[in-house]
Amino acid sequence: MDFQVVVLAGGTSKNLVPLVSKEVPKALLPVGNRPVISYVLELLELSNLKDLIVVVEGQDAAVRVGSWISGAYVDRLHVEVAAVPEDVGTAGALRAIAHHLTAKDILVVSGDIVSDVPLGAVAAAHRRHDAVVTAMLCSAPVSGPSESGSSVGKDKAKKPGHYNIIGLDPTKQFLVYIAAGAELEKDIRIQKSILRAVGQMEIRSDLMDAHLYAFKRSVLHEVLDQKDTFQSLKQDVLPYLVRCQLSSEVLLNGAPQTEENGNEKASSQNNQLMLSQILANSSTPSFHELYALGPNGSTPVRRTHKCCVYIAGKSKYCVRLNSIQAFSDINRDVIGDASHLSGYSFSAQNNIIHPSAELGSKTTVGPHCMLGEGSQMGDKCSVKRSVIGRHCRIGSNVKVVNSVVMNHVTIGDGCSIQNSIICSNVQLQDRVVLKDCQVGAGFVVTAGSECKGEALAKKEK
Amino acid sequence: MGTQKKGASRGSEDPVELARVPLQAILLADSFTTKFRPITLERPKVLLPLVNVPMINYTLAWLESAGVEEVFVFCCAHSKQVIDYLESSEWFSQPNFTVTTIESHNSVSAGDALRLIYERNVINGDFVLISGDTVSNMSLTQVLQEHKERRKKDSNAVMTVVIKRSKPSQITHQSRLGTDELFVAIDPNTKQLLYYEDKADHAKGSIYLDKLLLADNPSITLHNDKQDCYIDICSPEVLSLFTDNFDYQHLRRHFLKGLLVDDIMGYKIFTHEIHSSYAARIDNFRSYDTISKDIIQRWTYPLVPDVKFFGNSSIKLERQGMYRASEIGQSRSAQIGPFTVVGSGTKIGNTTKISNSVIGEGCSIGSNVSIEGSYIWDNVTIEDGCKLRHAIACDGVIVKSGAVLEPGVVLSFKVVVGQQFTVPSYSKVSLLQQPIKQDSDEELEYADSSGGIAEISSITHTVDKLNGEITNQPFETQCWPTSELGTGGAGYVWSICEGGHDEEWRHSVAPIPADKLSEAIHAADDDLELTQDGRSLPPSGELKPDSNDSEYDDDGESRDDSIYFEKEVEATFLRAVHENITVDHVILEVNSLRLSYNKVAADCAGGLFYSLMKLALETPQDSASELVQATTNVLAKWKKLLKYYLAEIDEEIEVILKLEEICESTKEFAPVFDKILYQLYDLEVIQEEAILRWDDEKKDADESDKVFVKQAEKFIQWLREASEEDEEEDEE
Repeated sequence: MDFQVVVLAGGTSKNLVPLVSKEVPKALLPVGNRPVISYVLELLELSNLKDLIVVVEGQDAAVRVGSWISGAYVDRLHVEVAAVPEDVGTAGALRAIAHHLTAKDILVVSGDIVSDVPLGAVAAAHRRHDAVVTAMLCSAPVSGPSESGSSVGKDKAKKPGHYNIIGLDPTKQFLVYIAAGAELEKDIRIQKSILRAVGQMEIRSDLMDAHLYAFKRSVLHEVLDQKDTFQSLKQDVLPYLVRCQLSSEVLLNGAPQTEENGNEKASSQNNQLMLSQILANSSTPSFHELYALGPNGSTPVRRTHKCCVYIAGKSKYCVRLNSIQAFSDINRDVIGDASHLSGYSFSAQNNIIHPSAELGSKTTVGPHCMLGEGSQMGDKCSVKRSVIGRHCRIGSNVKVVNSVVMNHVTIGDGCSIQNSIICSNVQLQDRVVLKDCQVGAGFVVTAGSECKGEALAKKEK
Repeated sequence: MGTQKKGASRGSEDPVELARVPLQAILLADSFTTKFRPITLERPKVLLPLVNVPMINYTLAWLESAGVEEVFVFCCAHSKQVIDYLESSEWFSQPNFTVTTIESHNSVSAGDALRLIYERNVINGDFVLISGDTVSNMSLTQVLQEHKERRKKDSNAVMTVVIKRSKPSQITHQSRLGTDELFVAIDPNTKQLLYYEDKADHAKGSIYLDKLLLADNPSITLHNDKQDCYIDICSPEVLSLFTDNFDYQHLRRHFLKGLLVDDIMGYKIFTHEIHSSYAARIDNFRSYDTISKDIIQRWTYPLVPDVKFFGNSSIKLERQGMYRASEIGQSRSAQIGPFTVVGSGTKIGNTTKISNSVIGEGCSIGSNVSIEGSYIWDNVTIEDGCKLRHAIACDGVIVKSGAVLEPGVVLSFKVVVGQQFTVPSYSKVSLLQQPIKQDSDEELEYADSSGGIAEISSITHTVDKLNGEITNQPFETQCWPTSELGTGGAGYVWSICEGGHDEEWRHSVAPIPADKLSEAIHAADDDLELTQDGRSLPPSGELKPDSNDSEYDDDGESRDDSIYFEKEVEATFLRAVHENITVDHVILEVNSLRLSYNKVAADCAGGLFYSLMKLALETPQDSASELVQATTNVLAKWKKLLKYYLAEIDEEIEVILKLEEICESTKEFAPVFDKILYQLYDLEVIQEEAILRWDDEKKDADESDKVFVKQAEKFIQWLREASEEDEEEDEE
């Protein structure tokens, strides 16, 4: 495979404070007790895409992510970790590592996707159409978190939860319109020229851009070079390529050139056929080709490029970890509805309790729960729909419901934790009651406190 | 209210009751347009022969075959002719099919027609609304069924529009019927029509869909590949809607737009797409040509020349799509090509070539004539050696020997073309003179025919007279200007009116000439580049991903808006000056403008001030001081008006900014900025606070912006000192 994969692992996203910290960059946040980036890496491995560049914002974070990956995937994947400055945007990140990109096509994946969509299929769709860009779309969640913000440290937290508005051609293979971000607030504006070329366009608001793209490298380089103001792949590069697909300004040089010549020959052979198809008002060849042929059906007069889509099936799971809400949802899904993603085998009680974990008497761990290695629980505890990490020490009479407890957490007797996220090394003293809270790493919650809907964290020094 | 009640009572009736109502149809035998002039000055469009059969017969035959039991034919222009024709035809004596005519002399639009029909109270169920120039063979069963089922679920579904797939040319942006390209948005699941744009503004490179549309529907499809068949299934509410909204004239432009955009009472329109059957409306000469060919090539079966339906005589289909009536006199050496229809009683001379044409009855065509892609109606005489390409010749036309009709020529009734004369392409020739009043305003197209009606009565008179004269007298005695149509020619060549030659080729019978085509291609390319370089990809949109391009358009639009607003304000004001309207009335008018343009008081103040200054500038003056004097006079006179809009300091600042703007653009005012500012202060139009705040605002501005601040420096200085003094005094 001459696909090169770029995993944009982000840095310490502001959306996820207090879950992330200098010690735990976004990529290493635990989902079902393993870093979120491992889900992408394993998905790539499944599709036999083993040549990866993981881009991390910030030198420190890069070192941490790199050391984790080299430990976990030492023999399995060929991973290069590159650090880029913070706040350069997704396009900026790619620009920074451009010299590493050599393959004909580049697959850009956000490091926070938890999905079971076969990435090989995306790559294949890209190849089949000889597209300049192929974007993966998945059905937008019916309710729940916003997908706003790109993976690499852009602050979009203020934006309300909106998805994309996407225009597809009738075959649902090509992307002819996309609106993201602020454009969603306005009326939908569609170029007539492209509508004329396509004839019929389906506009959908129930799909979202999963931030997984296959690019033709030469084009990506060119766009990044020429448009040095582009910051985000999702909001700048993709809409730009979509908008100008019928009058491409992107020069296809190098290897693609020969291919284009090949196309030219083929198309001149097919001229008669195409002409008749034009006359019959049919658009069996892609509308790009027809449009490029011009009115005479002779040699191509217009330069076009194709923007394709791969639409993931409704049954596929595809969520991005880009908000605190998403973090809890994904953790719940991974041990619940989408348990096949977790990679663990569930017990008869439909939960996972590590053999080394110790449970006190009358302690119950319900279905859709996970208890990590070496964790201890006292007597009369109850755990429901929650993930508890490694080496936690939990006292007696503790209730954990719908929550995520990371590693090395100490929980005193009589605590009650609901809908909360407890980061590593937190200490909850006795009788703490937390509801809808996030507790940052290393924080100590004093005995008897009751919190509701708060984010507790140590002050950053 | 009436609508509501009616709808409710209908809803309460059980479906069986509904089913028993005989299916009715309204056939508009007037298109309320002028596209077929000059022919339609003498004969109504619905009676023009289409492949030798008057158009209305196609429509009626289809309605009958589709199970319609009662048809109301609405006649307006040339109503007498239509009624006479129908009376003499067999349509009035059909079993299970009643044809009733409704005559009107003062309707100027489809809206008027439907209002009149509503008053007659003859429609009592769902009905088919169609114009008399529609050719179709579709079955109504399915669309009626769908319409009824939707009505049962939702009584607001008042109309179902029939559409058909047809991709317009990407070059000329018009369909094969010569109509403008159509953009529609449809809900793919319910088939509800959400957006409709014909009469596309080609200058606009994009279409805007309300974002609320997507809030209701997770997906909508946007089509450019559909064609409106102008066959509508309507519920009785449609008629009352026309009555309620008395300003609705055009079915599509007003009614459809009104229901879609204004969302009146939640009424919904749905679409029904036909796939294999035929439906098209003759809108212009190009669609006349296209539909004629479709009929000859049998797309409209059973409405084809060799199948007997109303109004056609027996004609036989021969090989290669050639239809010939039995009794024609054809020379052996004449070549009649494919896809040609020759009516009975027609004589064709030696070595004449005819292809892709329709020849009516009783024509006599000489030798060595070449006819290609033309429509020759009845009793036309074409003498030897003529050449006709893509032309229309109406009844009784005489083309004298050696004459040439170039592509796109239309010869109205009884026109005579002189010997060896070449009629240039796209000429329209009639015995009647071109009406002088040409209302080119697209919006008023419907109103145009109101002039037409008045005209028509007089014209029919002259036509009769002319007929008499022409048959009785030899042509030589007629004093036709020989220059127009050669020696012995008779008729006026109409000058090409609005739109000019540029647009003529779009709707003509002639195929689009190659040069126009290549022009259009270039235009399309330029268009594309324009949208690429220009508005759709503004560089700043790339800079700030949050601000997208449509913002720029919004700006453009609002700027346009303000320009219009200012113009309107100025016009109002000038009228007030010239007609001595009192200030109170001007305020009323400006207020209504302000509301309709959604402006604030500051805009009004700015606009009025601008008009005042303009007025002052127009009064004759020799020197700057006189200009100041004139300005002062004007200001003093209209102070009350201006003051009305200056309730707040912000509005006063707006006036100063406007003054600055005016001084920037007119060199007369530039040197006297400070003086006028002083006058404004002196007349208590603006307070010193406004001036001082304006000065403060300008502090950080560019040097270029501060020209006038500098000019007024002394004055401002004085103001500041004065106010300080005041304060000091206060303190004391």
